[in-house]
Amino acid sequence: MQLTEKHRQYWSKNLRITAILLAIWFVVTFVIGYWARDLNFTFFGWPFSFWVGAQGALIVYVLIIWYYASYMNKLDREHGVAEEE
Amino acid sequence: MATGMGFGHAETSGAAANRAFKAQLNKVYGWYTGGFIAFIVVLAVLEQMGLPRNYIGFIFLLATVGLYAGIGIMSRTSDAAEYYVAGRRVPALYNGMATGADWMSAASFIGMAGTLYLTGYGGLAFIMGWTGGYCLVALLLAPYLRKFGQFTIPDFLGARYEGNLPRFIGILAAILCSFTYVVAQIYGVGIITTRLSGLAFEVGIFVGLGGILVCSFLGGMRAVTWTQVAQYIILIIAYLVPVIWLAVKQTGVPIPQAIYGMQLQSVSATEKKLMDDPKEKEVIAAFKAEADKYDAKLKDPGAALEADRAAAEKKVADLKAANGPVTEIQAAEKALAALPKNVDDAKKAWTAARAANASRAVPLGGMPPHAQIFAGNPNGDEKAQKAFDVSRRNFLALIFCLMVGTAALPHILMRYYTTPSVKEARQSVTWSLFFIFLLYFTAPALAVLVKYEMFHHVVGASFASLPDWIGAWNRVDPSLLSVVDINKDGILQLGEIKIGGDIIVLATPAIGGLPFVISGMVAAGGLAAALSTADGLLLTIANALSHDLYYKMIDPNAPTARRVALSKALLVVVALIAAYVASQKPADILFLVSAAFSFAAAAFFPALVLGIFWKRASKWGATLGMAAGLGITFYYMATTQPWLRGLFGVTKPIALWWDIQPISAGVFGVPVGFAVIIIVSLLTPAPKRETQELVEHVRYPELKLAKA
Repeated sequence: MQLTEKHRQYWSKNLRITAILLAIWFVVTFVIGYWARDLNFTFFGWPFSFWVGAQGALIVYVLIIWYYASYMNKLDREHGVAEEE
Repeated sequence: MATGMGFGHAETSGAAANRAFKAQLNKVYGWYTGGFIAFIVVLAVLEQMGLPRNYIGFIFLLATVGLYAGIGIMSRTSDAAEYYVAGRRVPALYNGMATGADWMSAASFIGMAGTLYLTGYGGLAFIMGWTGGYCLVALLLAPYLRKFGQFTIPDFLGARYEGNLPRFIGILAAILCSFTYVVAQIYGVGIITTRLSGLAFEVGIFVGLGGILVCSFLGGMRAVTWTQVAQYIILIIAYLVPVIWLAVKQTGVPIPQAIYGMQLQSVSATEKKLMDDPKEKEVIAAFKAEADKYDAKLKDPGAALEADRAAAEKKVADLKAANGPVTEIQAAEKALAALPKNVDDAKKAWTAARAANASRAVPLGGMPPHAQIFAGNPNGDEKAQKAFDVSRRNFLALIFCLMVGTAALPHILMRYYTTPSVKEARQSVTWSLFFIFLLYFTAPALAVLVKYEMFHHVVGASFASLPDWIGAWNRVDPSLLSVVDINKDGILQLGEIKIGGDIIVLATPAIGGLPFVISGMVAAGGLAAALSTADGLLLTIANALSHDLYYKMIDPNAPTARRVALSKALLVVVALIAAYVASQKPADILFLVSAAFSFAAAAFFPALVLGIFWKRASKWGATLGMAAGLGITFYYMATTQPWLRGLFGVTKPIALWWDIQPISAGVFGVPVGFAVIIIVSLLTPAPKRETQELVEHVRYPELKLAKA
């Protein structure tokens, strides 16, 4: 069996988007978490890092997953690997 | 209430059938939600007309458990694909709801807001950890596991890593983490049924167990999935209503998540006031004096015990000589009998009493200021700097373990086998996290609003007229809630309340002064959360034993019917063992839950991710990597966690690595797992060609290849 060029492109694009989204995930969780004490300015009434932990990070997580699903579903179709319905 | 169609036996496939199925589901669950709301309204009216509280509790208990059992009976099946993966036709939205219920356990529903109440910012590690983990599920695992398309996680390990050894380690790890987790759920079921019905704790456990068993026993994954959707609807309504009610009561705005920043500022201001309050300082001094008393006794325990005994004997004798009242004589005799029997017992009892009193001789009853980020101070003296560093390190380590553990718990990953396609699996993770998000987004608001309520309406109340929920919870278990007027001023100070995190959510309606029907609804929601997770976990354990161990390893020719029957039998056995362990009230429930995450993270995550993203990962790499990751996690916990140390008789002094708490042991196990897999794989031959083709196969949703 042999993978085509198109398949290889699909996989490398998948790896790229996975890496980018994981980087965002890492920054929101661990970088902001590490500097939490310093990012303590008031944000709509909350201390900023408290708000990120309680709401901001969660919103970003949902968006990351939603974006990945729609990006990949489009990529499937473009590279002819989408499932038949 | 539910109309009973929908879960039927039509086995047609194809997009049109899937669409019709989905439309039918929408209709059934739409009616169901309306029915649930009508049920609450009717009960609320009955309460106003004078229906006693006990009845309301019983009605909730019977109606919800009966409902779940009903769905279980309607979805009964013996077909393997239906039993293990619900026929693989659960639409993304509904799989998301079911995963949400599966995921949100007693710990999320009952425990998390309480932890936030007690620890403030530190508790947000659970909020971030238990949601952020889904990014890893979505990006690294779910779509690929769906494409692989078997029944269990050990299935994947066995196929990808060529053999039964990796599968066997997978089975062990799946059982280890699912079992520790299920014990905690059943314990939660026990607490709730006790509160709802007034039955004894041990009886409560077995009543709840009946609800769990009927469902998973009869219909496997199919029944569990449709019950979990029903349970999600109940638990989310039950969680949101009291918080919205509190928000309206305190601020007039019905969106608690948007306005609790304001309440947080008010709470922080009150905390400052309480820290300087002379009455609170009196309480702290009184607890300190108690602790000092035991400290003095411990200096010479033998003599102190003699003195205590002499004093108690003298009191009995004096009372008898003076012909005192019978009740007083009995009390004095009881006090004498309750004295420690010997010096060793006395030492143990007094050390515990000293610690208990010392732990309460601190500002704010031991809670850090709610908005304070990490303990200590980075600009303070050396001790404060170290405290800050250690607290921050443990916060991040806990998040890491919870996230990676989320992405490795077999009962969650298994759910993505049930969607009709890879595309739906991806969307289903989005829905899962969205439904989980609704609750997790609200929990920190609940903690702050309850704290506001406590500071403004409970602290400062007179002991003569305490709210009756305090007595009610004290009767369920004094370790969950107790108050003591230690400075004898007749007024309740914050330092005089000892409250367990596990009751905050369940007591929220009572603390806020809402009608009892809301308390009943919240308890029913907690029950739904605990039962739904227990269902998923028991199924995972039973499948690991019947499908992976028996069918794949012992008797590959076993007919389907026998496998499913065996799985059902094992389910009952495992459930009974778990209920027995839970009825012993093992020491530390939160620790058990977190331990399950660390085990899962260390055992599964490296092997699963490398199995998909690195073709070179070999059988021996994965086998040794899983064993090493799990081993090091287990070793660290067994040598550092007090309860486990007792269990294994470890006596050498506790040596923490980089001051990491045992709860986050996975932070060592995961990197070790990755390292061992990579090193050993490079030293052993590459996997066979068929295995490498399997990896290609899971990477593409649909792979049509030209033959070379």
